[in-house]
Amino acid sequence: MGSVPRLVRSTWLLAALAAFFAALLVTAPASQAAGPAASPASQTSPAPGPGDQENFRFSINGVLRNAGQPVPDVTIRATGEGFSGETVTSASGAWTIRVPVQGTYQVELDESTLPEGVVLAPGAQNPRTVTFANTSNAGAVFPLGEGIVVRGANLGEQLAERLIAGLSFGLLLALASVGLSLIFGTTGLTNFAHGEMVTLGAVLMFFLAGMGLPVWLAAALAIIGGGLSGYLQDAGLWRPLRQRGSGLIAMMIVSIGLALAVRYVIQLFFGGAIQQLPGAQSPQISLGAVSISQNTLQSLVISAVVIGLLGFLLLRTRLGKATRAVADNPALASASGIDVDNVIRIVWTVGGLLAALGGILWAYYRPGVSFNMGQQILLLIFAGVTLGGLGTVFGALVGSVIVGIFVEVSTIWLEADLKFVGALLIMIVVLLFRPQGILGRRERVG
Amino acid sequence: MDFLNILNGALGEIISPTTAAYGLAALGLAVHFGYTGLLNFGQAGFMAMGAYGFAISTLTFNAPFWVAVLVALVCSVVFAFLLGIPTLRLRADYLAIVTIAAAEIARYVVTTNRLTDVTGSAGGLNGFTNGFYALNPFPEGRYDLGFVALSHRDLWVRVTAWALVALCCVLVLLLMRSPWGRVLKGIREDENAVRSLGKNVYAYKMQALVIGGILGTLAGILFTLPRSSVQPANYGTELTFFLWTCLLLGGMATVLGPVLGAMIFWVVLSLTQGLLYGAIESGIITFITTTQAGQLRYIMVGIALMLLMIFRPQGVLGNKRELAFT
Repeated sequence: MGSVPRLVRSTWLLAALAAFFAALLVTAPASQAAGPAASPASQTSPAPGPGDQENFRFSINGVLRNAGQPVPDVTIRATGEGFSGETVTSASGAWTIRVPVQGTYQVELDESTLPEGVVLAPGAQNPRTVTFANTSNAGAVFPLGEGIVVRGANLGEQLAERLIAGLSFGLLLALASVGLSLIFGTTGLTNFAHGEMVTLGAVLMFFLAGMGLPVWLAAALAIIGGGLSGYLQDAGLWRPLRQRGSGLIAMMIVSIGLALAVRYVIQLFFGGAIQQLPGAQSPQISLGAVSISQNTLQSLVISAVVIGLLGFLLLRTRLGKATRAVADNPALASASGIDVDNVIRIVWTVGGLLAALGGILWAYYRPGVSFNMGQQILLLIFAGVTLGGLGTVFGALVGSVIVGIFVEVSTIWLEADLKFVGALLIMIVVLLFRPQGILGRRERVG
Repeated sequence: MDFLNILNGALGEIISPTTAAYGLAALGLAVHFGYTGLLNFGQAGFMAMGAYGFAISTLTFNAPFWVAVLVALVCSVVFAFLLGIPTLRLRADYLAIVTIAAAEIARYVVTTNRLTDVTGSAGGLNGFTNGFYALNPFPEGRYDLGFVALSHRDLWVRVTAWALVALCCVLVLLLMRSPWGRVLKGIREDENAVRSLGKNVYAYKMQALVIGGILGTLAGILFTLPRSSVQPANYGTELTFFLWTCLLLGGMATVLGPVLGAMIFWVVLSLTQGLLYGAIESGIITFITTTQAGQLRYIMVGIALMLLMIFRPQGVLGNKRELAFT
């Protein structure tokens, strides 16, 4: 390659990169300005935005445990001294609310967000008063009942509940991992920025819903936004890199840089707090002896339908066949008259659409939207893809469902803060015995 | 805005123990990736082995300083074997996924509440460095190095850190010039060619993984010394990616590159951070808060990583012909 065209190409690449980040920077603050004010979901303090909370020096904190087990995803609110803030307990049950001044606050635990079967201990104060005593931290303890399980304590019912939840989780993982797998199959790229495409869907939906759009419209627009981000990524970054002949490992490291940059651009505008999408708290539905939340069930149906549709498209349409041909052998596909670049562009767009949908469902499943929610499941997505066989679409589906079910069922025996460990461990063990994955082919292992 | 102060702070980063730790861990990555072509995305896991192996053996088992260091190194070797056995026969990207997963598993395990008595869970551990500071030969007092004045404790940490970095650099240089090192480079260039010469590629890769991991583990111990504390949140995937940025900045198949990369990395971060904070406090920049300025560093690192990889993959010191990928 001569030095002049090379320079031109490099400049174009740089310009495309700059434009991509400029677009991110320009679009995000506008949506945030409109976001929190109108949002029914964001119940953080009216004055400071979600990001500002981190600036406060004082904090009220505690750890929520039930019979020695941490209780995650419970909403806790603090009001007083003209301030109100709320937080959600982390995977370890710990929670912290940063407050502007030392003083007296009313701290309330939202009992409707307690997981099923867990209740406050009889006689526990809620809300309770917390006063700072010249320290920068004040603790608040909410005693929970001695594992008072309201219903369904036997192992069979527990197992059935976890299986359904796990299937729902696995299918939402599959939405993201099928996209990742398609991208890997057609371009060879292990995309570490896929988690950020997941986050983007949920964050876009949060901002759009905050602008007062109805839920279905916000979700649809967010998914389209995800598709657009996939399209732009390919047009502005990955296609020029492929044309330059960049190596796969180099592109993998570029995707890591992209993931870091995009994750913190999102944090810059979204803040570090966890926010809720509208309708994040849904009623429980009883199916015989098993009770499951409505959102989990809806998520299960939506992802199953979408994946079924995708399977149909891949197997029955010309475009689907072309995609599989490119995944199989790009050079041969190109020689047979398939427009490889066009197919890859479509694969990136579809990958973006699916990841955004997965992100929205993940936000309802957790529940909560945060800037690093995609990063949290990125490795589970990888685990699903590797388990099924890198580059195989249906393998990614099977692998993700196994990972989802394994994660949920393992919580019966494992601590909740260790539930991802089991899934990552089985991935490593499977690599030991069947490195090509469940549906993979031997020659890809190399 | 006090430019002199900001500049001094940035210069101080050049000799800070954190820079030394980053340089050492990145040197480990150079052994893995730059020389052998092993894609290790779990260097944070090796650092966690060092930090926790050292801290837990000191606190829980009351081990003396040298025993604690030895325990940390043994942990790291075991970790390297656990990673290497399933993946070293597979293609490079499998190792990448497995190492990043293993590092995260390590982080989840030290964060879990079940092990709070041993690992301190999310709060981490502290107060385990007395053994190290008891070895301090410098008498109490302040030492003026021209651009920065240090207490005797700070001086001791820095002297140890940089002596260790220098020692490791010399060792890696000698290793890579030896016949053993030439085999590693051969594996990087063409695994099958080396195998056809009758070399046991798997064993060489495993040895490289262990040696690079040990460098990461020593870096993990160094990283905890100035803070006297270890917190699990520090050992996330971001740490690994920062180390990769240092490695790529300096040059991946060089000995001094990773160290130089770590110095540039921290000086640039400190300078931009100081200037941004100064500008925000004096009201020149009003559209972002100091918290948001803190997030800008991650965005900068991310973009720098992309640009480096696209436009100058060989880094500052590297040679383009010695890249582990094409």
